[in-house]
Amino acid sequence: MKNRSFVTIAEHSKEKILYLLKMAEEFEQRPNRKILDGKVVATLFFEPSTRTRLSFETAVNRLGGRIIGFSDASTTSSTKGETLKDTILMVSNYADLIVMRHYLEGAARYASEIAPIPIINAGDGANQHPSQTMLDLYSIYKTQGTLENLNIYMVGDLKYGRTVHSLLMAMRHFNPTFHFIAPKELKMPEEYKLYCQQNGIKFVEHEDFNEDVIAGADILYMTRVQKERFTDLMEYERVKDVYILKAEMLRKAKENMRILHPLPRVNEIAYDVDENPHAYYIQQARNGLFARQAIICDVLGITLDEIRL
Amino acid sequence: MNENKQALQVAALKDGTVIDHIPCDKLFQVVSLLGIKNMDSNVTIGFNLDSKKLGKKGIIKVADKFFSDEEISRLSIIVPNVKLNIIHDYEVVEKKEVHMPDELRGIVKCPNPKCITNNEPMSTWFHVIDKENGILKCHYCEKEQNKENIKLL
Repeated sequence: MKNRSFVTIAEHSKEKILYLLKMAEEFEQRPNRKILDGKVVATLFFEPSTRTRLSFETAVNRLGGRIIGFSDASTTSSTKGETLKDTILMVSNYADLIVMRHYLEGAARYASEIAPIPIINAGDGANQHPSQTMLDLYSIYKTQGTLENLNIYMVGDLKYGRTVHSLLMAMRHFNPTFHFIAPKELKMPEEYKLYCQQNGIKFVEHEDFNEDVIAGADILYMTRVQKERFTDLMEYERVKDVYILKAEMLRKAKENMRILHPLPRVNEIAYDVDENPHAYYIQQARNGLFARQAIICDVLGITLDEIRL
Repeated sequence: MNENKQALQVAALKDGTVIDHIPCDKLFQVVSLLGIKNMDSNVTIGFNLDSKKLGKKGIIKVADKFFSDEEISRLSIIVPNVKLNIIHDYEVVEKKEVHMPDELRGIVKCPNPKCITNNEPMSTWFHVIDKENGILKCHYCEKEQNKENIKLL
């Protein structure tokens, strides 16, 4: 059987991405369906991530499946020295699908190679978090009506933020123009700028963050600037308040512009933005449910036609 | 004359493989990559021999052994420019060049301490994404490394 695992977004074609978005759209219209009746899904969280786990578990529950698993590896035998391989093979005896989060990079890829059942990567260290990317894509698609030819502005920690890197790669099919807004220490890494050049993706870099810079945006993708990322704390003190979005900065924003954030936010979006019509980050998280329902069905071989029945 | 003498220092080979002009600092890595330790063949390893090309060089002669292309391609990460002389009946019948393979399995260590390959009993796996500059990408954690910085397993 062909392994249908969902490990990274980069290996999916444009058609596949659009197909999954259509499926998510279907689930948004009717999230409660009994299509996973009789299926058992294992959620293995070797590293805690409450938000992602709740989203996946809700997705399974609303589709009528049952869940086994753990939310913290400290209660499992991996603390006794069991290998990932043994844990995965053991759980494969019980479940139809494994959703896993791991602190080691490449863990989901490896699991997908040894497991007889599909694996969904719910985050592997600093490497990939493809279900987050799917929900970002779905949020963009839903708010803009298309993924084509958009101006996407990424703000904050562009160096370590894996969500911006995955989104950047997934958008390569859709002729975007990127604007990278970040302090020097957290600039978009060279390898991703090279990736843009190789794929014919236009990009502009900024250090300033103000209402004029963001006036051309269709999507404003905010990320958290974390203190522990800085080697130079003076530099952190200098920039920590620069990359905060406030409602007054939205005066020149395009009407269709929406603000996304992978959450959790700390202070990078002021609370006065929440009431603004451009704010979308809370609804964005809700989209994660539909995107994950689509991913789950797809890896289990359930097609769009089948869910429409 | 001098060269002839040196040639006499290391036994002439009837059949087998001679890897000549190995930079001295790479010699023992080559020995280990070829798995010579576990061979039954008659093997001669020359170290710090005089060389016009390199000043000092290393040489390996393995009797009755002809390496597969896969075995040869492993050498590309540390000695991309060496040639292997295939000997039959005391004559060089073929010179084989070392080519960078498309992928390397179980040879190189991933430099990322948070990579799964450094934390599970499993093989490493790299894709050679740029043969000219020797850039390897880990199949698992997707981190890239340059061949200048590689560590062998």
